[in-house]
Amino acid sequence: MTMLASIALVLLVLSNIRLLGGSRLGTLIQTVAIQGVILAFLPLFAHPGGGLNYELLAMAAATGLIKGLVLPRMLTRAVRDVQVRREVEPIVGYSTSLLVGLAALAVSAYLGWKLSPAEPAVSPLLVPVAIFTVLVGLFLIMTRRKALTQVVGYLVFENGIYTFGVSLAYRQPLLVELSVLLDVFVGVFVMGIIVFHIQREFDHIDADKLSLLRDGESQEEHQ
Amino acid sequence: MTLVASALAVLLLSGFASLALGRKSFAAVVAVGGAVAAAALGIIPATMCLAGAAPVSIAVPWSVPGGAFHIGLDPLSSIFAVVILAVSALSAMYGAGYLQGHSSAASTGPHWFFYNALTASMLVVVTAQNAVLFLVAWECMALSSFFLVTFHNEHADVRKAGWIYLVASHMATAFLIFLFAVLGSRAGSFEFADWTSTPPAAGALFLVALIGFGAKAGIVPLHVWLPQAHPAAPSHVSAVMSGVMIKTGIYGLLRVTGFLGAPEAWWGYVLVAVGISSGILGVLFALAQHDIKRLLAYHSVENIGIIILGMGLGLVGISKGNSVLAVLGFSGAILHVVNHAIFKSLLFMGAGSVVRATGIRDIDSLGGLLKSLPWTAAMFFIGAAAISALPPLNGFVSEFLIFIGALSGFSLAHASVSLASCAAVASLALIGGLAAACFAKAFGMTFLGEPRSPLAHDPREAGPAMLAPMAVLSLACAAIGLLPAQAMALVSRAAAHLALASPVDAADALKWASFPLSAVSAVAFALFALVALLAAVRLVILSKRPVDHGLTWDCGYAKPTARMQYTSSSFAQPLTSLFRPLLQTHTKGGEPTGVFPGHTTFSTDTPDVFENSMFKPVFLAVAKVAALVRSFQHGRIHVYILYIVLALLVLLFWKLG
Amino acid sequence: MAAIILLIFAPLLAGVINRAKAFFAGRTGQPLLQVYFDIAKLLRKGVVYSRTTTWVFRAGPIVSLAAVLCAACMIPLGGVRALMSFPGDFILVAYLLGLARFMTVLAALDTGSAFEGMGASREVQFAALTEPALLLALISIGSATGDWSLHEMFAVVNAHAWAAHGAVLAMATVALLAVLLVENSRVPFDDPNTHLELTMIHEVMVLDHSGPDLAFIEFGASVKFAMFAALLSGLIVPVRTGLAWVDASAALAGLFAVAVVAGVIESCMARLRILRVPQMLVAASVLAGVAILVALAQGVAP
Repeated sequence: MTMLASIALVLLVLSNIRLLGGSRLGTLIQTVAIQGVILAFLPLFAHPGGGLNYELLAMAAATGLIKGLVLPRMLTRAVRDVQVRREVEPIVGYSTSLLVGLAALAVSAYLGWKLSPAEPAVSPLLVPVAIFTVLVGLFLIMTRRKALTQVVGYLVFENGIYTFGVSLAYRQPLLVELSVLLDVFVGVFVMGIIVFHIQREFDHIDADKLSLLRDGESQEEHQ
Repeated sequence: MTLVASALAVLLLSGFASLALGRKSFAAVVAVGGAVAAAALGIIPATMCLAGAAPVSIAVPWSVPGGAFHIGLDPLSSIFAVVILAVSALSAMYGAGYLQGHSSAASTGPHWFFYNALTASMLVVVTAQNAVLFLVAWECMALSSFFLVTFHNEHADVRKAGWIYLVASHMATAFLIFLFAVLGSRAGSFEFADWTSTPPAAGALFLVALIGFGAKAGIVPLHVWLPQAHPAAPSHVSAVMSGVMIKTGIYGLLRVTGFLGAPEAWWGYVLVAVGISSGILGVLFALAQHDIKRLLAYHSVENIGIIILGMGLGLVGISKGNSVLAVLGFSGAILHVVNHAIFKSLLFMGAGSVVRATGIRDIDSLGGLLKSLPWTAAMFFIGAAAISALPPLNGFVSEFLIFIGALSGFSLAHASVSLASCAAVASLALIGGLAAACFAKAFGMTFLGEPRSPLAHDPREAGPAMLAPMAVLSLACAAIGLLPAQAMALVSRAAAHLALASPVDAADALKWASFPLSAVSAVAFALFALVALLAAVRLVILSKRPVDHGLTWDCGYAKPTARMQYTSSSFAQPLTSLFRPLLQTHTKGGEPTGVFPGHTTFSTDTPDVFENSMFKPVFLAVAKVAALVRSFQHGRIHVYILYIVLALLVLLFWKLG
Repeated sequence: MAAIILLIFAPLLAGVINRAKAFFAGRTGQPLLQVYFDIAKLLRKGVVYSRTTTWVFRAGPIVSLAAVLCAACMIPLGGVRALMSFPGDFILVAYLLGLARFMTVLAALDTGSAFEGMGASREVQFAALTEPALLLALISIGSATGDWSLHEMFAVVNAHAWAAHGAVLAMATVALLAVLLVENSRVPFDDPNTHLELTMIHEVMVLDHSGPDLAFIEFGASVKFAMFAALLSGLIVPVRTGLAWVDASAALAGLFAVAVVAGVIESCMARLRILRVPQMLVAASVLAGVAILVALAQGVAP
């Protein structure tokens, strides 16, 4: 099981790297969907006893459904509605983002091993990868201009927290997990609507231009 | 040891003699003769010490409180002393030729006085066994080099560079005075030999030393004086400053770290991080430059980064009990000090010959000089290949030592050491690739192709006085590259001492390195043999075939001109634009537009980011505060007397009241 | 031993790539031995030198080929011993290739041609980014197998190693494949068959060479490809029986497989936009970095 969990975690790292280097929104959303599927399987592999129970299976199914299917669908629809294909001119370029990603991975590896949980983790990769995923999500939110990419970043961030939760999954009541999922669901839903409306009003979804909304400044500037 | 003292005496006497001779052309001969004689005298005991003789010292009492004229040679001092004396003597010979026919009316006597004073003070710095003597020599070094930098003081930018250098030096010295005051007052003595116990807050003192010595060595972000001062100085002075003077910072850091007790792991990690950032930023800024001397100055920042990286791995090795990593890290660092002294002074001399022959420092306007300066070009080529760490030359050997040191530190047991090693290897590889790109640019654009702009007069090859020192340095590059094991043997004693390794551990570490090094040397010889063989094959083939000469293939374009060649800026553009966020290159002008484009100009300029966004705001703020204080100073003498009286009274009340 | 096999078969690999491409394009393609014929023909020809050029231009092909041949001596072919091996030999290999590149670039600049300058400029950019990827990929293999000479590193890559360190080795393989493609100027990083000088990288640098000089360059290029193919073959063909002829023929098969893969990639992929290339190279380094971290993490495992 540890072997499978490790492979899943490595895939998670690779998907994060793809997110850092990707410019097409379609690619980003697809990658987040893949992350969702990986995360759905992770608790099954990570269960220390090896035995499966219904609670775990239900959680895996719910995770896969929401993270792997519903949320990406919503985002894809938003992309279609607002007609934005790619992230043009991110604040930090793609090559630099990749390098930052490598540094973040080294940092999270270091922190992850220092943090070594009291109980033996399922895989030594689990905590580092969780921290890395959180950092990548935050980095995406910070350095991308389009609101939709930022939503993707938010999802990645949440995936990281979820991964972190997996290390304790067999202890944690199912309820907490599900409520987290619900939170994200509602969050993305609201953001999707807002993004759509912003786009309809202002013809663009550049988040850094939202500061123009202050105090009746001109919104004449179109992209 | 008397030989070292007599070397000092020869340096000072010849310096004063040339000062007295002033304008006469004999001044240079006396000074250069003194520098060469001093080198001959000083290198003998230093080499004996490196070969295994016991450390020696000489002490003369001195009236300064806490001070004593106490100098000595141990393996570490000896290496630096040899490098300082050899490079200074060679650069002096070069300088005599370089300044000949120097147009400025200024007398060269004082210049040579300061030159020999600089050499003498550097020699005292690396042999001083007393903190007060060290600081005095350190200050003499800063002052004499200041006067050397401002040789062409008729130019405003040279004066500005000189001031920046002076301010930077003194701010760094302030840290050192604080450091030595703390260490000295705690031990109750200013003799280095008495500083044996571990001081409290050793980590903080280590950081103070890093700032103080690092500013002299030129680590990022304390390097801002370096790209200003080195291009401003005459080329032989740049060779000494970049080749050996900044290394006294490295010496100081190595020496003082030994006074701080057992190093902690984080010191090493800090040095690794500082080394990586200096190395990468240095080479990137170098890539973006088109002034050849400024480019070389930024490469000093890069190479100091590599040295600091090696030191950092060494400290990590000590703290983790990995003696192989410790010995190899320090060996690589020290050997790189030697290597960088050799090839960087060689390169500055080559650049000096180019500047002297053409009067141009902008690589974008040069080209095709290989035909008129064949010897300078050949030796600049050797220097360029050496600094790019290409085998079979010396630059590769020291980087290889750091590389295999890092590999030896790579074990699954110590994840954090492995991460540091891994970062070191990856960044050394990146630095190597970028340095090769940069020197392909520096050599290719200066010496190859066709001239990019018309020259005022035909460039003439430098005379033998300038070529001979360069030839010696080129041979040294090749010698260390071909015989790396012997070079390692010279530095290994100092490295083992720094690594706090027991003789058994040190022998173990050397064994780790000796097989790879002898293999490297075998490959280097094989490479030469293969080159000779292939060249012979080519000659044999071509002896029976037609060899024609024509135009460069112009891809069908009918009228290619020399101005259509790639320039250094266009050559570096892919890399500079890739790293634009770090470099913040300014561009002026734009692309031609329209169907019948008219005239357009385009130029790029990469000023130092740290100077503009880090130091300038601070100094502007200081200047603002200083302006307030200015109201106290209006030139009326009686008010000054009042200040003095007030100060006296306040002091008396504070002490007695 | 491995070096001799590599030198003999190197030009054949280029033929295999061309055949693979021809197969995909529905053509018969050139003879498998075409590159041998080319080299033999070039060696019999005279040369034309530009009047702009100097000794640097003449030294370029010689030093480059010598450096590549020296580097080839340290490359093992699967289980077949390298001619020489010592801890850290892969660093020497990387820097010898650097020397070869440095000389090629200078020879290109020596002609004073704008096109060759452009090729040189691109070459040094890609090379600077490839070098970390190469070293990191090899270190990741080393950290999985615990050895630091190429021979020992690859001698233990057997089925067992793949079972224990599959993820690490797979990522190293992908990173090495990227390095192979960019170092040998193949699609998607460079197109060896392009017709426009503006779009070439490696080919444009050697435009002015002719006769024996060009023969040296062609042979050097094919040896360089064979070296990287040998490393990849050592990874993807985990056959280490100890029987010399079994290992050798398995590794040789791997060598041809790599050549076929390169041909297939060339047939199926479009060339990357030149601005995207650095990003792919950084991604290869990052992938190798991830491989090292994973190897470390498995070592730290409780």
